[in-house]
Amino acid sequence: MAASRGNNTNPARIPALGLRVLVLMIISIVLMYLDHRQNHLDGIRKGIGAAVYPLQLAVDAPVRLWEWLGDSTTSRNELELELGRLQAERLLTNARLQRLTALEAENARLRALLDARETVRDEVRVAEIMAVDANPYEHNLVIDVGSRDGVYDGQAIVDADGVVGQVIRTGVVTAQAVLISDADHALPVEVNRNGLRTIAVGTGEIDRLDLPFLPNNADIRAGDLLVTSGLGGAFPAGYPVAVVDSVTRIPQEPFADVTATPSAALDQVREVMLIWSAPPVTEAGNETATEIEEADE
Amino acid sequence: MSRDSASRRFPVIITLIVGLMLTIMPLPDAIEAFRPDWLALLMIFWAMQLPRTWSVGSAWVVGIVLDVSYGTLLGQHALALCVITFATVRFHLLMRVFPLSQLSATIFALLALYQFILFWVNGVAAVSAPSVAYWGPVITGTLIWPFFYIFMSGVRYRSRSGA
Repeated sequence: MAASRGNNTNPARIPALGLRVLVLMIISIVLMYLDHRQNHLDGIRKGIGAAVYPLQLAVDAPVRLWEWLGDSTTSRNELELELGRLQAERLLTNARLQRLTALEAENARLRALLDARETVRDEVRVAEIMAVDANPYEHNLVIDVGSRDGVYDGQAIVDADGVVGQVIRTGVVTAQAVLISDADHALPVEVNRNGLRTIAVGTGEIDRLDLPFLPNNADIRAGDLLVTSGLGGAFPAGYPVAVVDSVTRIPQEPFADVTATPSAALDQVREVMLIWSAPPVTEAGNETATEIEEADE
Repeated sequence: MSRDSASRRFPVIITLIVGLMLTIMPLPDAIEAFRPDWLALLMIFWAMQLPRTWSVGSAWVVGIVLDVSYGTLLGQHALALCVITFATVRFHLLMRVFPLSQLSATIFALLALYQFILFWVNGVAAVSAPSVAYWGPVITGTLIWPFFYIFMSGVRYRSRSGA
């Protein structure tokens, strides 16, 4: 080593540089192939992911600290105002909930009369979004729960107003989720007004979804609420997704040009809910969901 | 010898960790596409200065960590970082004596190559991404390089005199 340092002027002295880079390139390509075709490398991913976790926490910490400071220095006046607002809201929500309970019981009774399968109540859990940016090529977010908490790939994520996205990579303590606005994401929806089924595709813009598969004569108009149809299996049925904001019918084209605005505040949420629906439904449905996504490509 | 290499490694590892934190730090949507590739800049700098300690192997490891924290294909950033580090190590003596204008042009070429490899892998794997995600970091990376270089030279000088 000391001898080679003496010869520092000759760049070719760095031992076997070309060979090393060639080997590493081949390893990279093999890794990428394995990662793309199969999911054999989940273990490695999880291992290194756990090592990166402290860094993610460190990046997230200042944001949390800032929020905590904001919370602890709010004036008493503001707090009282907010308390009043929340109490009023709670009263309203409770009133609605009472009706919902009655309706649910009635629904179950009617379903029993019709011999239909009873709808399963979904389990939910609140997760916090970490202030960590990930992949520059997709709309995604990192949440602070992982396989340790029972999170699985393909799990649906919603916020208070609607569907946010789904989990795509589960780490041990964190998970990455793709937003419904991602250009590679598609989810099966139906129009709440008439049950018309279609697929909502992300556009890569955070506030817009496309509905590319609706014929010109489809019964859809601006203001229609789109809810998950549950057909893909990945998302449970009945969660609001988006509101249609424009329908353009061009007579020469086979399909109408329909765009919608996501109900969830995709770029503002801080807390989200993870949904555990009935396991068998999810198992059977995952394939369909993937197929839809692939067909979209 | 070992004490020497340890004192050389420590500051570099610190800068790489800080670089990774800057890489995953959230930015407003409008400027996110223009975030410089901090780790690529760091690897170019260290490969230029200490090509015997920081070469293609370390670049590959850094790339794998980057792939995991991004959730991209395992090996994508590793491949790209490895290739530009190779080019840097190969021409490090030349790059050290380049005037700033010429060095900036070289950095631009290296960053463009880096993004091109990422773009190419994305194309093969059918990952769609807005084009600004590719050329944004190249431009900001090149613009930021002179300041980055001065700052990092300071870091290097200090860590050396401290050791």
